Amino acid sequence: MKKFFHELNKGIFIENPTFRLALGLCPTLAVSTSIVNGFGMGIAATFVLLGSNVIVSSVRDFIPKKIRIPCFIVIIATFVTIVELVMKAYFPALSKSLGIFVPLIVVNCVVLGRAEAFASRHGVVKSIFDGLGMGIGFTLALVLISAIREAFGNGTILGLVIVRSFEPALIFILAPGALLVIGVLIGIVNYMTDRCYTA
Amino acid sequence: MPSNNLTVTPSPHIKSPLSAKKIMYLVILSLLPAGIAGIYIFGLCSLKVMLISIISCVISEAVFLKLRNRDPKAILDGSAILTGLLLAYNMPPEIPFWIPIVGGVVSIVLGKQIFGGLGHNIFNPALVGRVFLQISWPVYMTTWKNPKWAIDAVSSATPLAKEGARGFSYLDLFLGNHGGSIGEVCILALIIGALFLIFTKIISFHIPASFIGTVMVLAWIFGGEGFFRGDFIFHLLTGGLVLGAFFMATDYVTCPLTRKGKIIFGIGCGVLTVLIRLRGSYPEGVSYAILFMNAVVPLIDRYTKTRVYGVSKK
Repeated sequence: MKKFFHELNKGIFIENPTFRLALGLCPTLAVSTSIVNGFGMGIAATFVLLGSNVIVSSVRDFIPKKIRIPCFIVIIATFVTIVELVMKAYFPALSKSLGIFVPLIVVNCVVLGRAEAFASRHGVVKSIFDGLGMGIGFTLALVLISAIREAFGNGTILGLVIVRSFEPALIFILAPGALLVIGVLIGIVNYMTDRCYTA
Repeated sequence: MPSNNLTVTPSPHIKSPLSAKKIMYLVILSLLPAGIAGIYIFGLCSLKVMLISIISCVISEAVFLKLRNRDPKAILDGSAILTGLLLAYNMPPEIPFWIPIVGGVVSIVLGKQIFGGLGHNIFNPALVGRVFLQISWPVYMTTWKNPKWAIDAVSSATPLAKEGARGFSYLDLFLGNHGGSIGEVCILALIIGALFLIFTKIISFHIPASFIGTVMVLAWIFGGEGFFRGDFIFHLLTGGLVLGAFFMATDYVTCPLTRKGKIIFGIGCGVLTVLIRLRGSYPEGVSYAILFMNAVVPLIDRYTKTRVYGVSKK
């Protein structure tokens, strides 16, 4: 049980996909303009990660090595289609604001990276925990980034105005703000991790 | 260090009397005429902006040095004061007081200290601050105040913006009798400071000359209706070109080391400035051009590496 917990845990902090592995940065930069968007994207990616990890790890012995990437893509695309249709049916507003980035989860490097680096080499149960951990880590990172960007760039948290006289800094909503926030957060997380390891 | 005459140190043994600290204070001195002109033209509100910006820079520098366990005495080297002053020169005089504060923090923390402090920054800190403010609060950063003796008290566009382009004589533009940022309007004062820097050999003329030359040639060719009819003197005298070319592009840390590299750097800045001025969505492009070329400096340095003395070229 302990090693399963380790797989779950590592995705959240030590190998956080956004801050430690620097994977999946393009949806991170693009959709983290508000907490709702960030959370929606995180959950969608988590679902796809979980699904693809399970399928990939259970059929890993049947996939020929040479064509494994196309096989992974087909499996991932299946789950992305499910997510996209569900989102369109039940959360039309979210689907509209995430736009092209939901179908683009197919080529999200977190999902593909986990399929290639973990699920195709480990058993089903371990892969479930890995996918879940990575998904939670990705979601947390997205929510953190989008909370900072929404608060500074729009003056709101979850759409509620915090301080009326606050003049939002537009840069945080625009692309350079995303890069600044991610850069600073990666710095802070690296610093914290270094301290955890050396201490 | 123990004072014994047998201490062996590596070369160079003859040291220049100019230290980084002295250079910083000389640059600040050379910027003073433009600041005094700004205060004279726009009134005491310019002085307020300068003070707030400098204090904000110095305090953030001190706090960050403390956080990084460095000697907080380093704030006395003048670089934070210089950054604050340059940042203030890039702002309109009647700006809400909190904008220079934010600008100072961003300049020092995101522009300088995060890269490792003085000498390690990739980008010119004052310009990082300015561009951050420009993108964040475009309205405040482009609400220009007219000179205090102008009859209509309505704030006007900078002459570079298309609607503000007419009605200024070259003399007005040269003396700073028009709306603009605090430190960029009075070309006369800036040139006095720039000549001082060039004659004391603190900056070389390569970057400003190639920068301004490129802007003037390109503005002459492409700036008007049809080719070769652009008003290049207008492009020289408006906006932050003189301030940027002499005082910001020549920052030691963020410009190339070799002469050839400096000329390439200046030409690049000039081309980008004209591109942004004539084709971009912003009226002024000097700061973006310099920042962009700052990013290319390592590449230029590598390309223009000089031959080591005594070693054949191949």
